[in-house]
Amino acid sequence: MSGWPILSVVTFLPLLGVLFILTVRGEDEGALRNIRWGAFWTTLVTFLLSLLIWVGFDPGAAGFQFVETHAWLGGAASYRLGVDGISMPFVILTTFLMPLCILASWHVTKRVKEYMIAFLVLETLMIGVFCALDMVLFYLFFEAGLIPMFLIIGIWGGPRRVYASFKFFLYTLLGSVLMLLAIIYMYWTGGSTDIAALLAKPAFTPEAQKWLWLAFFASFAVKMPMWPVHTWLPDAHVEAPTAGSVILAAILLKMGGYGFLRFSLPMFPDASLYFQDFVFALSVIAIVYTSLVALMQEDMKKLIAYSSVAHMGFVTMGIFSLNRQGIDGAMFQMISHGLVSGALFLCVGVVYDRLHTREIAAYGGLVKIMPLFAFTFMVFTMANVGLPGTSGFVGEFLSLMGAFEANSWVAFFATFGVILSAGYALWLYRRVVFGKLEKPALMHLPDMTPRELATLLPLIVLTIFFGAYPAPILDAFGPTVETIIKPLNEAAAHAHALAAASLQ
Amino acid sequence: MWLLQQADAVAALPEVALALLAMALLMFGVFRKGEDTEPVIIAALVALGVAATLVVWGGEGRMVAFKGAFVVDTFARVMKVLVLFGSAVALALSAGFMRRDGSQRFEYPVLILLATVGMMLMISANSLISLYMGLELQSLSLYVLAAINRDSARASEAGLKYFVLGALSSGMLLYGASLVYGFTGSTEFPQIAAHLAQQGAGIGMVFGLVFVIAGLAFKISAVPFHMWTPDVYEGAPTPVTAFFAAAPKVAAMALITRVMVEPFGAIVSDWRQIIVFVSIASMVLGAFAAIGQNNIKRLLAYSSIANMGFALVGLAAGTQQGVEGVILYMIIYMIMTLGTFACVLAMRRKGVMLEDISEFSGLARNHKGLAFIFAMLMFSLAGIPPLAGFFAKYFVFAAAVQSGLFTLAIIGVISSVVGAFYYLRIVKIIYFDEPREPLDPIDGEVKLVAYAAGVFTVLFVIPWIAAPVIEVAAAAAQSLY
Repeated sequence: MSGWPILSVVTFLPLLGVLFILTVRGEDEGALRNIRWGAFWTTLVTFLLSLLIWVGFDPGAAGFQFVETHAWLGGAASYRLGVDGISMPFVILTTFLMPLCILASWHVTKRVKEYMIAFLVLETLMIGVFCALDMVLFYLFFEAGLIPMFLIIGIWGGPRRVYASFKFFLYTLLGSVLMLLAIIYMYWTGGSTDIAALLAKPAFTPEAQKWLWLAFFASFAVKMPMWPVHTWLPDAHVEAPTAGSVILAAILLKMGGYGFLRFSLPMFPDASLYFQDFVFALSVIAIVYTSLVALMQEDMKKLIAYSSVAHMGFVTMGIFSLNRQGIDGAMFQMISHGLVSGALFLCVGVVYDRLHTREIAAYGGLVKIMPLFAFTFMVFTMANVGLPGTSGFVGEFLSLMGAFEANSWVAFFATFGVILSAGYALWLYRRVVFGKLEKPALMHLPDMTPRELATLLPLIVLTIFFGAYPAPILDAFGPTVETIIKPLNEAAAHAHALAAASLQ
Repeated sequence: MWLLQQADAVAALPEVALALLAMALLMFGVFRKGEDTEPVIIAALVALGVAATLVVWGGEGRMVAFKGAFVVDTFARVMKVLVLFGSAVALALSAGFMRRDGSQRFEYPVLILLATVGMMLMISANSLISLYMGLELQSLSLYVLAAINRDSARASEAGLKYFVLGALSSGMLLYGASLVYGFTGSTEFPQIAAHLAQQGAGIGMVFGLVFVIAGLAFKISAVPFHMWTPDVYEGAPTPVTAFFAAAPKVAAMALITRVMVEPFGAIVSDWRQIIVFVSIASMVLGAFAAIGQNNIKRLLAYSSIANMGFALVGLAAGTQQGVEGVILYMIIYMIMTLGTFACVLAMRRKGVMLEDISEFSGLARNHKGLAFIFAMLMFSLAGIPPLAGFFAKYFVFAAAVQSGLFTLAIIGVISSVVGAFYYLRIVKIIYFDEPREPLDPIDGEVKLVAYAAGVFTVLFVIPWIAAPVIEVAAAAAQSLY
């Protein structure tokens, strides 16, 4: 495409910001301002540059675009970047949310320099995950993200931050190391770590596929997270600082879904078919069970965390319905959840900064003193419920449609999740925003500041825009989803033919 | 110069030079006036440099000397440079420590030089006799070094423990070597290899093999021959521990690799099961036993046990790919270890060395650079990308998977997750906990080593660093096959 390596530039630009921040000396107000603005401008410029990827992206083509290749580890692995329809939206989502995260962290006063550096490094690693076209490089970005996130939770987190950070790190690491072995096996069997080459001709026997699928599943299921390995997420969310929660919910969780779409489905089609019912079962349990758990939460962040697990259940269900609607729905749901859950955590951050508690019972009647906040929070609550007209609806509807085609019972039970999500989200909204304003601590809370409004306004606009007009996102990944489905259909047809032959 | 005219002795020139320089240095130390040892240390560093230069410029290809007892190939050259580098860094690290400790002795650098000569002989050994000779020259020097601080009861205990267990393992090695000689009719590696290739291994031969491996496993402190390691690491002065953890481990690993691949290369299936067992036991014990440790030196002792287990994963593969993994692992391991010990040596408050890890709390507030390096080294030892330690593990596991050793690989990666816990604990103490008083000013050389190791660890991922290192490892492995 264009002559210059735009993906590398976008990926590593945040590191340039790190270098700038490192040169800032001192801890006085002026230095802190320089650090904050430095981080903000870095992320903003990264976002603006990444828009060039969107502009230059050809949505009609199915293959990888903006591909860059360089030698790296001798013959063992190379440095390959590129985006296609399923990775490009995530790159944009990441770069879009980062400036908002920096804005949301404006009031952080503890070790500001390290904080901003950690976030900028994390941005590089997250963009890298979505751009990597070499499995070793992918693994490298995927795992390296643990280091800054571990520090973010552990240094700037809440009272139980040490427990939460260790749990987050070790859970994720345990899942990932098995994936590493699978990657190595694929290197020796498939002859390359080049993702594009492996996608072009998946070369694994059905038996090997099952093991490889399970190894990748171990990693992505933890990252997603799927029931029953989701327990790290509520802890991590509750303890992480606001911006950390946003990143965690909006982007890190999506790496699991992205991984399923990038590796599990197209490279192991037979195994994906084989394990379809297994994933359906886990997804439905996640949707219904974690929604019920969310109903009972007394901590706002924990409630949203469980609601994230439930929504990710819709995503896995959509992905493993293995048809166009389901995968489209899952992709859209991931993008939409990235906007909505990130915004919900920002909303919690707004009231947390004022009252320093996330206890739902401590609030009530906020609509009377914080009307702007009440409106914002309502938009995202509705989007979380999946109200038509918000982006949450499109994803849930499509993935349910896909699931219905694959297995109507799954769709039947998953639909309860929609009802339950309305239950917990609206109940949360009622308890926080409506009711009598009678708690003395709440009487004089100021409404949202312009900075907070600036953080949330873009998210409101996009949530409603994509709810009304989802085409820009759906079109971007349409052709890529088609190529993912093709081997799956072949595998299904093959399995069907085998079954038919054995009946005769 | 009659010796050098014996054409084949040229191959051993670096060893000869280093031995002569060590003796000259001993004379210099005895006859000179004054207490300070700095000139001796500098002279020893120069001697190591001279030896390294001779190794690098000493010709190419495979050379055999002393009627087949001594061999030099690319593998030997790479490992020798590594060992010389490790010895030099450990020696440099000790200068400030010894000066403050009041335990400066000119014998210390001389002993390190002699131990290094022993290690070089081990690496180049091409027969069971020269193997034993190199091993003992190294071991005897190390026994003395462990107890160099003779006024300290702990150090003396460490030295004695090391000596008694070391002598036992030497005995086992000799017994195994005699069995191998008895059943193959030769002590020289090529003849043993030829015999095994023709006739295979009988039960007596395998018996001898077990004893040889047991003796060598002791030297790399692999489970179940690891008991001495935590005590010696804790008891010896910290710079000596740094030395023990680096160069001798590399030399012993090089020795065990050569012995397995060259003379016993034909009976891979016989020794593989032993190596697999030793490797699994080391990784698992190293990971679990370190969790309860609060003394940084004991913790690093278990960490080094686990690391030897990981390196053996590559050897267990028994392929050229595996040997490449082992070499790469040892290169990265040595640099990480020296960096970590440099960090430990920097931990000094009010003149007291800090060994309890809780004393490091909040280091990130007072010493940002050092804390960052320390944390990165810990993440690297845990095998987290994009740090160097990840690539070390990646290549050994790649070799194991290629050879179909799936169980070994799975146990290995899972124990690396368990191990990650205690490395993270140190990061937690450094970064999450409340700061204490600042440390004493850090010696220049300690800082240099720590920072250099940190930069290597963090930037290894860049192709300009990673690719040449991998190339060197590949060339060295190539020369063994």
